[in-house]
Amino acid sequence: MAGPVLTWTDRGLYCAAGDFFIDPWRPVDRALITHGHADHARPGHRRYLCTDACMPVMRHRLGDIACETVRYGEVRRIGDAVVSFHPAGHVPGSAQIRVEVAGEVWVVSGDYKVEDDGLSEAFVPLRCHTFISECTFGLPVFHWQPQAVVAGQINRWWADNAAAGRASLLAAYSLGKAQRLLHMLDPAIGPILTHAAVENTNAVLRAQGVRLPGTIKITPDLDRKAHPGAVIVAPPAVLGSPWARRFGALSTGYASGWMQMRGVRRRRAADRGFVISDHADWEGLLGAIKATGAERLFLTHGYTDIFTRYLREAGYDAHVLATEYGGEEGDDAADTGEAS
Amino acid sequence: MKRFAALFTVIDQTTRTSAKVAALADYFATAPDDDKLWTIAIFAGRRPKRAVTTTRLRDWAAEAAGIPLWLFEDAYAVVGDLAETIALVLPPATGASDDSLSFWINHLRELVDSDDEARRAAVLSAWSRLDTTERLVFNKLLTGGFRMGVSQKLMTRALAQATGRDEAELAHRLMGDWSPDTTSFAALIEADDPAADLSRPYPFCLAHGIDDLEALGPVTDWQAEWKWDGIRAQVIARGGALHVWSRGEELMTDRFPELAGLAQALPDGTVLDGELVAWDGAAPLPFAALQKRITRKTVPKKLLAKAPVILLAYDLLEAGGEDLRATPLQDRRAAMDRMLARLPPDAPLRPSALIPASDWDDLMAQRATARQMKAEGLMIKRLSSPYHVGRKRGDWWKWKLDPLTIDAVMIYAQAGHGRRANLFTDFTFAVWQGNELVPFTKAYSGLTDAEFGQITQWVRRNTLQRFGPVRQVTPHHVFEIAFEGIQESPRHKSGIALRFPRMLRWRQDKTVDQADTLDHLRALLAQYG
Repeated sequence: MAGPVLTWTDRGLYCAAGDFFIDPWRPVDRALITHGHADHARPGHRRYLCTDACMPVMRHRLGDIACETVRYGEVRRIGDAVVSFHPAGHVPGSAQIRVEVAGEVWVVSGDYKVEDDGLSEAFVPLRCHTFISECTFGLPVFHWQPQAVVAGQINRWWADNAAAGRASLLAAYSLGKAQRLLHMLDPAIGPILTHAAVENTNAVLRAQGVRLPGTIKITPDLDRKAHPGAVIVAPPAVLGSPWARRFGALSTGYASGWMQMRGVRRRRAADRGFVISDHADWEGLLGAIKATGAERLFLTHGYTDIFTRYLREAGYDAHVLATEYGGEEGDDAADTGEAS
Repeated sequence: MKRFAALFTVIDQTTRTSAKVAALADYFATAPDDDKLWTIAIFAGRRPKRAVTTTRLRDWAAEAAGIPLWLFEDAYAVVGDLAETIALVLPPATGASDDSLSFWINHLRELVDSDDEARRAAVLSAWSRLDTTERLVFNKLLTGGFRMGVSQKLMTRALAQATGRDEAELAHRLMGDWSPDTTSFAALIEADDPAADLSRPYPFCLAHGIDDLEALGPVTDWQAEWKWDGIRAQVIARGGALHVWSRGEELMTDRFPELAGLAQALPDGTVLDGELVAWDGAAPLPFAALQKRITRKTVPKKLLAKAPVILLAYDLLEAGGEDLRATPLQDRRAAMDRMLARLPPDAPLRPSALIPASDWDDLMAQRATARQMKAEGLMIKRLSSPYHVGRKRGDWWKWKLDPLTIDAVMIYAQAGHGRRANLFTDFTFAVWQGNELVPFTKAYSGLTDAEFGQITQWVRRNTLQRFGPVRQVTPHHVFEIAFEGIQESPRHKSGIALRFPRMLRWRQDKTVDQADTLDHLRALLAQYG
């Protein structure tokens, strides 16, 4: 049998047959990028390759990089490797990367979720021999409700606040989660205000055709009294900050998969925690892994030790893959609002 | 159960006291009496007797969730709360239940007398009929750990709002020896004769730590006493019987048989507030001597002789059956002194001495001698003050000594529970003995959330070995450990036990070789033990 399709180096996952890296964390010559979040798309590489839907965000975040793009499903030959990008359902433009060398197929999941959020390109299961999967929420305590249910909870909270004369501050990571929430909000309830960090990403995504409801960017001279009953979508860092205090009476909500755990929810000190994630839950992970037909698994992000042991007992040849993506055991992610 | 689960959800979703009180008051205004009574009992820490061991609950939860037990345990370590972990791993309910809180509690209590198989069937069946929040509440009732950010005080305030009754009066009614089995909502809250219960204590008056000595005015307005390191207690002599209550409202009468004679020695209708201490004839023994007594329901003769307990009394709350709490402290104290002077000299009851002082500097100098007096510091009480209900700012102050401190190296770390789940917050510390680090204490508190977050990141990257949930880490970080007392202890590897150890400072400016030694700790033991 030929050597492994991908190997891990101190710079990240490496494909010798094609001489490229996938989501490397130190500067390399050629980087294939699954999606635009900061722990996957880092600055300093000489050449980038990502999906055309991912590119605007990459440019927005990383500036004038040398970036080539591919369409989903388009097959590229790089050296002796055959490479293609497929929807991961994580955020708009996010991809799993399929690498085939001499008939051996490996898939790198990047970050993914299996539920169709109506905004990101829906997750596509891929058959492969080896699957490198994230498992941020790889514990049997994480079970997501359908998006429509959570949307109902958020809109009811917003409507109740609006009726009581309070503004609603919804904290979420500005790339991906924020837009997903905008997509879930019912604009009939009231005006939607956005923090500049969220609105900048909105502009990038709108320009590439992603449909979002109308939003009002919050500027220093914005008259908050002119927008009673508003919901404010902002990054988590604003919770408890002077920026948030300008809105007066306020109810705070935090949208993340980590909100499943009461302890984390209370530590965040938000009034409400909405359990919604752009990662797969326990059932989502197990279903996705099964659908690949892979016999060999490498697990990254999250509860890798526990999840790997469970998979081994279930008969998989599963291994922990130590990476520098995101936080090791999750709560970091809740604290930065990333990868949540 | 739906109504109570909804209350739980509202309380859980807010950090605002006013919103919690409003939700509780609304609940008390609308729930059936039986449910109200149980709700009061739960928030007052009077839970139903535990019917099922947590070991069996874990087994059944893993079974119902279709996961191996080890996976359940690992998930529990991450979530940090057993009731919540169970609620989260279970598959969605297949049915629903409109039964009340009281129904479910009574259902649980019947399990106490059932066999294991019947318990299993009942619990699995309950889980299949309750949604996630209801399950969490149900599991909390099962496991007995019901803390949800509502103090008894908050609950009492809500009850006062809902019933239109005086809050202090309600606080008094909720004291003492009752359970939902021995009373009803009407009898507990609404009946006209709350004094019917002879054993009922008064709500304790509590002190704040002093912050501004200057603001207290002339020293002559104040009374100073030693702050003893014992067990705060109310001793009640009514109707020829004696009742000894702890501040946690635990009836401790039987644990202190040496006090039994006070039922006759004290005038009928007497309530005293004071500190129980183990007594060597002239001064209190270290708290460790008392500790041996607390854990025992019955006391062997030898222990009784070695660590006899007395009450150092500092307040008189009731005399001749009359409530004196509104009387100024100096008058209460004078009445108490007169009463105690008439007791036989060998009575297990003495007045806690007053400390005369010419000015604040004089008092400060006396405070510095507290450790020699086997005290933790001083209590400062306004001579004209009434005996308040609970913790009120202004009239009672505690003025403790600065703690003892030692610089120690963190060598083990463990994740916390509840709000601190998923953060490393429980650490074991060591000092040097030659080239070896000897563990001598654990500490859990004293750092900010941000510092715990920072140290958590570090622990993950610097784990040497795992022992179940405990991680051995590289000896690198030095912490200043503060503590109130130090004792010899054969049960600890270091031979030393600390009282109230906590992290005072993270000494990022120190390296491990600058940490203290076991010899230094032993010197502290010789001086203060």
